[in-house]
Amino acid sequence: MRRTGVRRVISALFVGACGLAVLLALVPLALILFFVISQGVQALSLDFFTHMPRPVGETGGGMANAIVGTLMLTGLAALFAVPIGVLSGVYLAEYPGTRFSSLVRFAADTLNGVPSIVVGVFAYGVAVLPFKQFSALAGGLALGIMMIPIITRTTEELLLLVPGALREGALALGATRARAVFSVIVPAALPGIITGVVLALARVAGETAPLLFTAFNNRFFSTSLTQPVSSITVQLFTYAISPYEDWHRQAWAGALVLVTFVLICSLLARLAAARVTRIRRS
Amino acid sequence: MSPTVTLPPHPVPARPSRTGPAGAPKIEAEALSFFYGPKQALHDISVRIQPNVVTAFIGPSGCGKSTFLRTLNRMNDIVPGARVDGQVRVDGQDIYGPSVDVVALRRKVGMVFQKSNPFPKSIFENVAYGLRINGMATSRSELAGRVEESLKQAALWDEVKDRLHESALAMSGGQQQRLCIARALAIRPEILLMDEPASALDPIATQRIEELVYGLKRDYTIVIVTHNMQQAARVSDHTAFFWLGKLVEFDRTDKIFTAPAEKLTEDYVTGRFG
Amino acid sequence: MRSRDLGFRLAVGTFALLLVLIVAAIGFELVRQSWLSIDRFGLGFWRTSLWDPVGGQFGALPFIWGTLYSSIAALLLAAPVALGIAVFLSELSPHWLRGPLTFLTELLAAIPSIVYGLWGIFVLVPAVRSLEASMPEGLRQLPIFSGPPLGVGMLSAALILAVMVVPFTSAVAREVLKTVPLAQREAAYALGATRFEAIRAALFYARTGIVGAVMLGFGRALGETMAVTMVIGNNPQVSASLFAPQYTMAAVIANEFTEATDALYLSALVEIGLVLFIITLLVNGLSRGLIWMMARRSPARAV
Repeated sequence: MRRTGVRRVISALFVGACGLAVLLALVPLALILFFVISQGVQALSLDFFTHMPRPVGETGGGMANAIVGTLMLTGLAALFAVPIGVLSGVYLAEYPGTRFSSLVRFAADTLNGVPSIVVGVFAYGVAVLPFKQFSALAGGLALGIMMIPIITRTTEELLLLVPGALREGALALGATRARAVFSVIVPAALPGIITGVVLALARVAGETAPLLFTAFNNRFFSTSLTQPVSSITVQLFTYAISPYEDWHRQAWAGALVLVTFVLICSLLARLAAARVTRIRRS
Repeated sequence: MSPTVTLPPHPVPARPSRTGPAGAPKIEAEALSFFYGPKQALHDISVRIQPNVVTAFIGPSGCGKSTFLRTLNRMNDIVPGARVDGQVRVDGQDIYGPSVDVVALRRKVGMVFQKSNPFPKSIFENVAYGLRINGMATSRSELAGRVEESLKQAALWDEVKDRLHESALAMSGGQQQRLCIARALAIRPEILLMDEPASALDPIATQRIEELVYGLKRDYTIVIVTHNMQQAARVSDHTAFFWLGKLVEFDRTDKIFTAPAEKLTEDYVTGRFG
Repeated sequence: MRSRDLGFRLAVGTFALLLVLIVAAIGFELVRQSWLSIDRFGLGFWRTSLWDPVGGQFGALPFIWGTLYSSIAALLLAAPVALGIAVFLSELSPHWLRGPLTFLTELLAAIPSIVYGLWGIFVLVPAVRSLEASMPEGLRQLPIFSGPPLGVGMLSAALILAVMVVPFTSAVAREVLKTVPLAQREAAYALGATRFEAIRAALFYARTGIVGAVMLGFGRALGETMAVTMVIGNNPQVSASLFAPQYTMAAVIANEFTEATDALYLSALVEIGLVLFIITLLVNGLSRGLIWMMARRSPARAV
């Protein structure tokens, strides 16, 4: 019966190491948030939202065009991705276990793992090259492709959580499958589906790589679908790798706006998810 | 290490009792209450469990018999929010005392679970696990010897001796459960707690487990939880009846089944409820 | 009624089919666009390391080297931390701390890549530079620490990738640990195991899924673009040194795609994208397979 003491020490060291791992992950999080907030707050002003970028050498200015551009791009992406994403999710939840549904699930998982830069290359090939024109549409397509798998899997998961009794009740009343799905099941899962869409939006709003050669960038204000358009992320990239002090400040301000947006979306989604599980439990 | 003195299975004919037949106890619980968070699962339980007999805990599901069993080797420690009041003494020592080494306690008080839970390793490695982590074998040959001895004790050796290095998960359910018994015996506990060990098994596998339990009591103090009254009657010397987290009656098994002191016990063992 | 249901199935199925077609189209389009380069260079493309767009010489070895180097280095740093977090959150953490800590680690995954990159340029790279500069002379003789202390380079890229991969791997590893039956831990405890030994038994039970979780993180690291592009130094060379500025597949596409004026140059970049696509496909497929195998194996059943 030797070694109990040694083993207890090893066990305690292991527990300590695991706790340390958590701290180790929280350090970069704290550092990133600290710099983004402290640097960003200094650079952020109302001008940032309402003014256009100024040329090098002039201080001030903002990212009004990029903010509008990001809204446009994510809006286009949602228009494209929500129908495909949600309905694919409906298919997976309604007809699980078929060979086609495994194929769809496999495709969704695959798409989720495709590097964002590769999605950009694809969107360039199908939406930029044929028209010889960078465009908001191409950027929206690239972001939309990235949103689809997230929405599909969330929708599937949440629809499967809807109690079977609800579905059977609707079908027993003589409703068609379509009726049952759209009048009973989807509404019951709607808060969750919206949560999924919000999370997907938050994720693609922060994407840069797929926009570099699809939406490209635009120094000017543009709402045309067929013209290149600016976005917060691409603008931030341009500023970050530039040698100008003033542009760096703008970059930090942009980062603060992005992080705030992502943070709010995550918190909202978390609250919504907590509410959904609470309702389900009661 | 295990006591060689065998006490007679029915020590002293006793008065109808709640704490069980008289004699020097191996395990003794005194005013034990148990809580999961705010919910009280056991109320003020006092029992004295004799060495080298088989003690059965019976009662309807949810009556606390398994919970009580798990307080005897502090298995409930790993449940978040669990709390214990009162005392449990093994060989006179309070196992909830501040200086108790839980690891050493669990070595002394082995446990077999309701569902067999072999590790996804070979048959040999399953039995060797406890020996290895506790550093109880100093050489390969000693390790192999103790694995063989334990498998023999669990009446499994003849069935598996040619495939010791195959996966334990390939065995039948009954074999897996006997493997888990062998694994528990390998570290030479003094007490063996069995939580409905045959509830997931077919009648033939169940019979083998029961024979095993009968044979093991010469060397071990055995406490077995069962929802099957025939099983309790077949294998045990003493029986405790639990009801809603309380101990109703604890006495010699023949007495519990033929002349219980409590009306509630009588109703249960005659199948009037439960 | 039946035919109406069939109509519904077809309608919804059409959208699901679109999803499948998009994936197929990505593969097809990448092959089509890179055909020129595949045709011209064959396998030599991946064996040579001269990248000279002006001279029309395209060798992609440095990019694949840089991608694998940075991802593997990131994984070596991230895997132990991610597993530690997964174990802490699923096995050790007090109940009240679990929710907040999970949220915070997940937040690390929500921060956009470009923000990591910005932070990398202005905070991490200077810190790494002084770390590199203070490296003792003796160690500087080793090939992995050779070269001038620039800050930008493999070390910065590996560090930032590690931070980005940790939340991802730990989340999957946590899911995997959840599928380990409590009975496995109980079996170990009942045999006198310490906490560490019981957790080790659970990790052993989950080993296939754990490997899958780590590989899924690897797949993430391979395709990560912006943050790496901003700190790795973007120099196409095959170097063993952590201090050397290097390049990755994703980074070269991000940097040079809009500059690629002639068809061959563009095609070469798309070919890099195609191979990146195939590698991530294989890595993700393999890791999901491992996790699936792990989840399917139910606790030992009575027969």
